[in-house]
Amino acid sequence: MTRMMAIVEREMRKFFRSPTLMMVSMMLPLVQLVILGNAFGGKIVGAKVGVVDYDHGSQALKVHEAFNAVAANIRTFTTTEYPNEQKAREDVRTGKLDAAVIIPRQYSRRVLAGDSPQIGLVVDNTDLTTSGGIEAEMQSLVDALNAPAIQPKVVQQIALEIVELYPYVEYMKYLLAGSISLAMYVAVMIGGGMLYIDDKARGVHEGYLVTPITKFELVLGLNLAGTIKAVMSGISLTVIGSLLAGLGSIFHPETDLLLLLLIVSTSIAFNGMMFLMMVRVEDPLVPRAMFGVLNTLLFFPSGAISPVKGFPPWLRAIAVVDPFTYAVHGFKAILLKDGGLDAIWMDLLFLFGFGIATLLIATPLFKRSL
Amino acid sequence: MNAGKPAMAISVENIVKRYGDFTAVDGITFHVNDGEIFGLLGPNGAGKSTLIRMMTTLTPATSGRAVVGGHDVAREPDAVRRTIGVIPQALTSDIDLTVEENLSIYAKLYEVPKAERERNINDLLEAVDLTKWRGAQTKTLSGGMRRRLEIARGLVHNPRIFFLDEPTTGLDPVSRVAVWEMLNHLKNTRSLTILLTTHYMDEADRLCDRIAIVDHGKLVALDSPMALKASVPGTNVVEAQFAQESAEWPARLKQLSGVTSVESQSAGMYRLLTSDGSLTTTQLVEMAVSSGNTLKSLSVQNTTLDDVFVHFTGRQLRDEQVKALGFVMPPRPGMQP
Repeated sequence: MTRMMAIVEREMRKFFRSPTLMMVSMMLPLVQLVILGNAFGGKIVGAKVGVVDYDHGSQALKVHEAFNAVAANIRTFTTTEYPNEQKAREDVRTGKLDAAVIIPRQYSRRVLAGDSPQIGLVVDNTDLTTSGGIEAEMQSLVDALNAPAIQPKVVQQIALEIVELYPYVEYMKYLLAGSISLAMYVAVMIGGGMLYIDDKARGVHEGYLVTPITKFELVLGLNLAGTIKAVMSGISLTVIGSLLAGLGSIFHPETDLLLLLLIVSTSIAFNGMMFLMMVRVEDPLVPRAMFGVLNTLLFFPSGAISPVKGFPPWLRAIAVVDPFTYAVHGFKAILLKDGGLDAIWMDLLFLFGFGIATLLIATPLFKRSL
Repeated sequence: MNAGKPAMAISVENIVKRYGDFTAVDGITFHVNDGEIFGLLGPNGAGKSTLIRMMTTLTPATSGRAVVGGHDVAREPDAVRRTIGVIPQALTSDIDLTVEENLSIYAKLYEVPKAERERNINDLLEAVDLTKWRGAQTKTLSGGMRRRLEIARGLVHNPRIFFLDEPTTGLDPVSRVAVWEMLNHLKNTRSLTILLTTHYMDEADRLCDRIAIVDHGKLVALDSPMALKASVPGTNVVEAQFAQESAEWPARLKQLSGVTSVESQSAGMYRLLTSDGSLTTTQLVEMAVSSGNTLKSLSVQNTTLDDVFVHFTGRQLRDEQVKALGFVMPPRPGMQP
């Protein structure tokens, strides 16, 4: 026990003497949270829409009024008058406009006659996000124009009533679970991967191997130290990330306890996985080279960025064995849904089991000699 | 144990280490007595470090046997580890930790009780003259100070036998001498047996009670420095450099009184082994004058371990070092092509 704790003490002293290293291991996930959180999932604002009005009638005026209301309120788009469809289409093609609305001749007459009036919408569908945003806004605008002035007593259309269990979740909050997991992964990659191999290359391990420390004590000491570093990183990111994303759930003691359990189990799983991958590596360049590949291989299939249900089967198969998946699911369940232990016990079970299993495989592979 | 025979600290018998087809250590046998400083001398790649790694449980031997402190290395590795202190070739103390923290963590790895740990650390810091640096981060120390810290670290659990792999490599001459004095002092005050590897002949000569010369994984000679030097025919080395080179010189030099061997070096330089340095020198000067040649330099010295190495291996140790480092000696000013 004393010998194992000596390894932990050495690793932790070294860690605290390198505050830059601690900052760096948290910086990437924080930057990702702030940049990606704000870059994706936001509502489209200020798109440019050209309007070609061949009608100039009373009903066309209603359409113009609706556009002005959008520009003044939710500001999804602003409109510019165009003299003809050809010019408007050309400007959409060259990127000067995001979309163009064509109000055809006889539009007002056909509206008043109930003769299936149509409004044309030309969109740049190479940008699905912007075109989707404009299409949705246009659709709601058309629905509003279609609504009868006086509601009938019997509603004949079937409506779907959607009940959202939680308030609107901004993308930054959605991303927070992935960022916390990523911070722990980076801490394990640096603290448990790179430093471990660097120590091997510098001969520090040779120094350990000539002492009476057992293989088990050495493996446990190194992994305990790596787990503590990842836990510290996880706690820091949970607190900072929750505050940045505006999540107040971290102020409930019961939630904190579950988060701590999740952070510890994730740290054990990540550390075990990293130790298994690095146990026979000697070249300090290997973990550096693996960093990017592993990041892509483990982080993206986890559902941190987009839902696992949208993946092809082979990517889903990776997600099933990827500890990131369970960490991300667990953090989302606690931070976004206040799910409680019922929502995360499977995640905890997998993460603890994965960590123990990888350590059990890695221990016999660890060489007690050079 | 036989009466009058010194107790044995290390016994290595016919030890072999192979890496695939390459034999790094080829059937070496030697014994180290209690309280002795024993040196393994040889060029880089001779097998010294592999040998020390086998004795310190770091590398398993392919065949043969090593007994250290009365314990078989293969069968009782933990008992061996408790008996020995080891300083590897590289400086491996943690540069982010302080001097005291480095020592304390190693003492804990050996489970030294707290009171004893503190006492040992204080004594060792005093012995290696690092007391006032105990709170300094290791990265702030000079190379010599870091080597002294490594020495203290290897002794923090009071081992009986101390292994040092090239303890002064990379140190300046002043630091090297300081390390030699420190090792001698520690050996005497702590009743240590020391086994060190080195490729410095002066280090082996000054420090070791006995020396084993290792070359290409084999033991080529083993004795005290004095006895090894005495085993080389000739007791003096005369080095002479002539202004003009001549093909006759080697044969004429061989005829001088007491000369046992003549080695022609570059740029008119000759190295003679002789049993009578003063007589050979006198005759050599007379010969140069009579033949109208000029002596550019002349020196007489006692036989060195380099001569011993040449005698047993046919090569110079310093040449081996240069080859091992891939280093080409630049021409000296005035040297003839």
